[in-house]
Amino acid sequence: MFPLKPGHLPQTTVQNVVFFCRPRLALMELIAENVLKEEAGAGSKKEFHVFFVPRKTLLCERKLKELGVYGTFATIDDYSLEMYPYDSDLLSMEMEDSFKDCTLYEDYTSLYDCAKALMTVQALYGVIPYIHGKGQHAKHVCDMVLRMRLELGGTEVQIVPQIDSLLLLDRSVDLLTPLATQLTYEGLIDEIFGINHTIVQLPPEKFASSSEAQGGASAFSTELRKIVLNSGEELYAEIRDKNFNAVGQVLSRKAKAISAQFEERHGAKTVGEIKKFVSKLPYIQAAKESLGNHTSIAELVKEVTDSSEFVGCLHTQQEFMNGVDTDKVHPYVEDCISKQDPLTKVLRLLCMQCAANNGFKPKVMEFYKQEIIQTYGFQHAITLNNLEKAGLLRVQGNKTYPALRKGLRLIVEDVSEQNPTDASYVYSGYAPVTVRLAQFLARPGQGWRSVENVMDLIPGPKIEVAQEIPAGLKKKRSSVSSLQSDEEKKLMLVFFLGGVTYAEIAALRFLSHQDDSTTEYIIATTKIINGDSWLNSLMEPMQLVPIAEMQ
Amino acid sequence: MMSIIGSWSPLGLGKNVFYSKSDLYSMHWADLVDLSKVNIAAASYGGPIAIRRDDSKITKIQGSTKKVIFIFSAAGQKISQFVWNSGCVIEFSWSSTEDLLCVQDDGQVLVYDIFGTFKRVFSMGQEAKDTGIIECRFFTTSLGTGLAVLTKSYRIFVVNSVENPTIRRLAEIPGLNAPPSSWTVFNLERQTRAIVAKNADIFLLNQGGQCQDQYPAFTQAGQFITEMAVSVNNKHLALFTSSGTLWIGSSDMQTCDCEFDTKCLQRPQQLMWCGTEAVVAYWDKLLLVIGSHKEFIHYAYHEPVYLVPEVDGIRILGQTLHELLQKVPESVMDVYRIGSMAVGAILMEAAREFENGSYKADEYIRMIKDSLEEAVKQCIEAAGNIYDNTATKENQKALLRAASFGKCFAVDMNADLFVNACQLIRVLNAIRDTPVGIPLTHTQLQSLTLRVLIDRLILRRHYPLAIRICEYLKIPDCEGASRILAHWACYKVQQVNIPEEQLATAITEKLGNTAGVSYAEIANKASDCGRTQLAIRLLDHEPRASEQVPLLMKINRDDVALTKAIESGDTDLVYTVILRLKQTLKTGEFLMSITRIPVAYSLYLQLCRQQNRELLMDMFYQTDNFHEEAHCYIYNSYQQKSIDKRLADLQGAHDSFSKAKNDFMAKQVEDEMRLIRWQCEQERKSEKPYLDLSLQDTMTVLLKAGLNKQAEELRKDFKVPDKRFWWIKIMALADTGNWQELDKFSKSKKSPIGYEPFAEVCLKHQNVSEARNKYIPRISSENKVKFLVKLGLLEDAAEVAFQQKRDEELQYVLAHCSPLKPNLVAKINSLRSQLTAKK
Repeated sequence: MFPLKPGHLPQTTVQNVVFFCRPRLALMELIAENVLKEEAGAGSKKEFHVFFVPRKTLLCERKLKELGVYGTFATIDDYSLEMYPYDSDLLSMEMEDSFKDCTLYEDYTSLYDCAKALMTVQALYGVIPYIHGKGQHAKHVCDMVLRMRLELGGTEVQIVPQIDSLLLLDRSVDLLTPLATQLTYEGLIDEIFGINHTIVQLPPEKFASSSEAQGGASAFSTELRKIVLNSGEELYAEIRDKNFNAVGQVLSRKAKAISAQFEERHGAKTVGEIKKFVSKLPYIQAAKESLGNHTSIAELVKEVTDSSEFVGCLHTQQEFMNGVDTDKVHPYVEDCISKQDPLTKVLRLLCMQCAANNGFKPKVMEFYKQEIIQTYGFQHAITLNNLEKAGLLRVQGNKTYPALRKGLRLIVEDVSEQNPTDASYVYSGYAPVTVRLAQFLARPGQGWRSVENVMDLIPGPKIEVAQEIPAGLKKKRSSVSSLQSDEEKKLMLVFFLGGVTYAEIAALRFLSHQDDSTTEYIIATTKIINGDSWLNSLMEPMQLVPIAEMQ
Repeated sequence: MMSIIGSWSPLGLGKNVFYSKSDLYSMHWADLVDLSKVNIAAASYGGPIAIRRDDSKITKIQGSTKKVIFIFSAAGQKISQFVWNSGCVIEFSWSSTEDLLCVQDDGQVLVYDIFGTFKRVFSMGQEAKDTGIIECRFFTTSLGTGLAVLTKSYRIFVVNSVENPTIRRLAEIPGLNAPPSSWTVFNLERQTRAIVAKNADIFLLNQGGQCQDQYPAFTQAGQFITEMAVSVNNKHLALFTSSGTLWIGSSDMQTCDCEFDTKCLQRPQQLMWCGTEAVVAYWDKLLLVIGSHKEFIHYAYHEPVYLVPEVDGIRILGQTLHELLQKVPESVMDVYRIGSMAVGAILMEAAREFENGSYKADEYIRMIKDSLEEAVKQCIEAAGNIYDNTATKENQKALLRAASFGKCFAVDMNADLFVNACQLIRVLNAIRDTPVGIPLTHTQLQSLTLRVLIDRLILRRHYPLAIRICEYLKIPDCEGASRILAHWACYKVQQVNIPEEQLATAITEKLGNTAGVSYAEIANKASDCGRTQLAIRLLDHEPRASEQVPLLMKINRDDVALTKAIESGDTDLVYTVILRLKQTLKTGEFLMSITRIPVAYSLYLQLCRQQNRELLMDMFYQTDNFHEEAHCYIYNSYQQKSIDKRLADLQGAHDSFSKAKNDFMAKQVEDEMRLIRWQCEQERKSEKPYLDLSLQDTMTVLLKAGLNKQAEELRKDFKVPDKRFWWIKIMALADTGNWQELDKFSKSKKSPIGYEPFAEVCLKHQNVSEARNKYIPRISSENKVKFLVKLGLLEDAAEVAFQQKRDEELQYVLAHCSPLKPNLVAKINSLRSQLTAKK
């Protein structure tokens, strides 16, 4: 397995070469180059195959024909891998450009893929009886799903529905949340180091102690250390969704527990007791290593969160979320620009201020724009234009954020970070609109009716559809026992179109685990994002060609 | 009851084997056809019958001399007729899909459907065409119907499936210089084999090109084989010899069951197997059923008859009567045989007594108490197997009544068996009914399968009956009702005499939104018949865009196709239409039509964005989207290698912004151009690189180089805010370590950004003393403690906090204290207690 690269294919003696790729035109050129170079070289003839994930497109096939390599392939087909399971409750489609394509270019190909994926989900787990949603793109996906069901024309598999409802959320309904710095453990790891396909790469220095046993040489390795993060690891499952301020406690408690377990060996007297202890050793070892890793990661994270830049930035963010001083040029942002802090940081703050203020006054907007162009360079004019098209930067419209903040209780003053009682702990006192929507929807007997007036403040149409299900396939709910047995929770699939943050995921998991919760959430998304990766996807990729000729 | 047994004839004595004849139909063709003067081809499974005049017989021709082929149902009702105007037909027969295959002497095979519509033609190869063919044989394979022809060069060519004809030549028979005395072809274990008799010699030919001599065990050697027949299941063989002997054995000729002397040297007109246990030979008006133990039954006829083999018997077609000859099924025999003590028979008796109101019913039930289930099953089975040709179906009813009666006593019996049997019997009776005329037995239906039966009803255009059967048997819509409706609609669109409007309404009314109906298929058919408008109307109802769109494009309705593709959300489909539009339309028209549809327009732009940015800009220009055009210019300007071109692009951007009335951006572009020119100038003067630096970076470079005047010049020119300029200068001075200059600058006038930034840059460059001495005193008091802590001056910090009387600041300092400095910690704690004491 090799990553697709321009130039020659790696030297191998294999007979068959299989390409797996997204149906993107630029990739076709790489593949064609690979194939042509291989064909030109002497030696044994190889057979080529190409599989498009999740489906082949006419455009790509045409491109291959144009490049004169179409006939060379023995197979050209689909590999319909639509969703990647990242955890037991988390699916990602890994389409990082979905939000960009939809909002900047009105290219809804990715939404079609989402609808297809939802059809796959329904084919496997039964037709989902209720679809709710909010936002333009959510509506589009919902319409396509309903249409595709019609296209199936009664040939769908008859399965008792295992998912009770689907909530389609468009990222455009909540542009503010991803911009804020996530304050859960996992969220912070992502913000600071970036989690890619559940893997984080960290500077190795902090981990040197754990590899001491292997000798000095490895302790000084400069290679980044890769750590896989998922709920399979017991400790990580416990702390990943906690507010970072609560992680330290857990880690020290665990450390004590492990050393206590280790101390048991002194108490073991009989052969039986020793045997029992030895049998536990691998578990203790694993727990110890896990604890070591996370203590190191937590230290790395803490270094950052203690810095004055981080604190200052967070402070400003919280001011914005509270709607303080959002209508004029903010001195902190101004200073950040002057100091030439990273552009993404500045843009995050700017877009956040804009979202909390429902747009800027033209004067303020122009001031910010000019500051950015003068400081970071004129080429960013295109990025600014992109952000405007995506609705992240805009001129002031109706001021709805304060009403929304109040109506959905986005700001919670005294949330406990250690033992939270509200989902807002994930941003230390701010609950994302998306999470509140899911939370209100799950209210038994009420749904969104209780927040109807607020719903209109959120952009985009509201969706409420009941899909018809054959009588025989309806979930049997014994009316008598349902009063007592609340253990049968309803399952809601929350699909974030355009991306979701780890903090939002954490908030939904928190809601699932509440004692009085009637709903269990599973999450699907086009891509897991954070403010930086999200804004980066919207920035215009530009290769600056240096000037070679002067006047 | 007597009527049933009355038609039974025993085969051999005391063996309990009976053959029965049941009347299927009185033939409706009695006045139309003279069986003695025609050639007949009848399809098995009660299929249609084709009839053509026998050229070898002298007939008085009425009317036209043209040869006509008639097609009848099994009940003798005419389905269709057509005039034959091709070559000389040697033989004709029906395929397993009920297509009429007419084999001409030049090896051409013409295929017609049951309505006499020509479907296609295929050839049996060049050699067959060149030499001509003498005879042909049809056989059944797993792929359908196979055909073998014997050419005049005495070679045999076969195709295994007439649906997909691939011609193979069988091995040659050594020394064959005259037509074989008899031959036949059959397919066993997916191998097509031919048995060819050259007088007394028998050869077995297979596809592999092998030819084997065969020596079946004859008691009297040297007899010429004049006729042969293979059973329907291809496992048994019968050979008729020139001396009138009938040899019965296995088809591999390894075992011989018996040799029967027919005492008739003439070869039979028809020889075939009746089921697998008896052979039927027919001479003029004489029918002989011969069992494998030399036992026989003899039937005489007054008129010529024609025999049709079936899996479980044979059908006998006569001028006036259509009969079924079969071995009496076991279950029927058990129930009806005279003196039968089978449990089923007793149950029948019990039911009869019960109806008569006699107590004997109870006695009979007691007799079979332990095997009631068995008895019920027997009756059900017998009801299914019995071919009840009376209008009242009294035998079936009696059997089912008995079964139902018995079932009341068999408490635990599952009713499904009974219900299913009743349903199946109803279906069988419905299709046997004369207007439909498919005389299937229960066994035949099982071998044919229900799906094929539905297909055959569709083929005969008995759509309502087919649908009712599907609904009755609760067959899922997608393989039942909707499939039939789709076929109906396809047939309907071919009726050119009905106006399109009316047709469309009729079809959509009937089909509605029935799940699983492919409107595309129907529309395709309509478009094939040249009815474009109808096709469009029908396509409107097709839910699957992937089917709909290509067809719409096929009938040149690209505009509709585009709309439908967009509705589906499948962008690939939209691209398909867009690219086709681009191909078929002139550039201008294409642009016109595409800009009118926003979704298509944005997708096309997306394609341009990836493939051809010039075209992208052009598109914006065409649609007066100056704002986007300007951004394209900006993008392009950065791809230019020459400064002139870059400036030209920026000028373009400027003009576009002006056109878009975006004065702010126009001004920004202007500034950028001015900056570039200034940078060029500066590069020439100083030979240092300035290009591609932002304004801020340019100023930083200037300030670092001490070119304050130029920096000041830029500041004024570009109206850089004071605050930011101070930041730039402070950072530049600190970066170059020019602390003196920094100090001077701090004193030049009151800082618009306070003095924290000064302390901050000192901190960044770890110049603690500079910060402590010069800037900390000037910092606003609330930030002092924080900065002192940052600088590591904890003692100072503690004192300042104390002076300010702020306990929380003291705590902040304490939090940053290392426990290694106990003195300091103690001091802070004492300060804190002093504070609280004061309060």
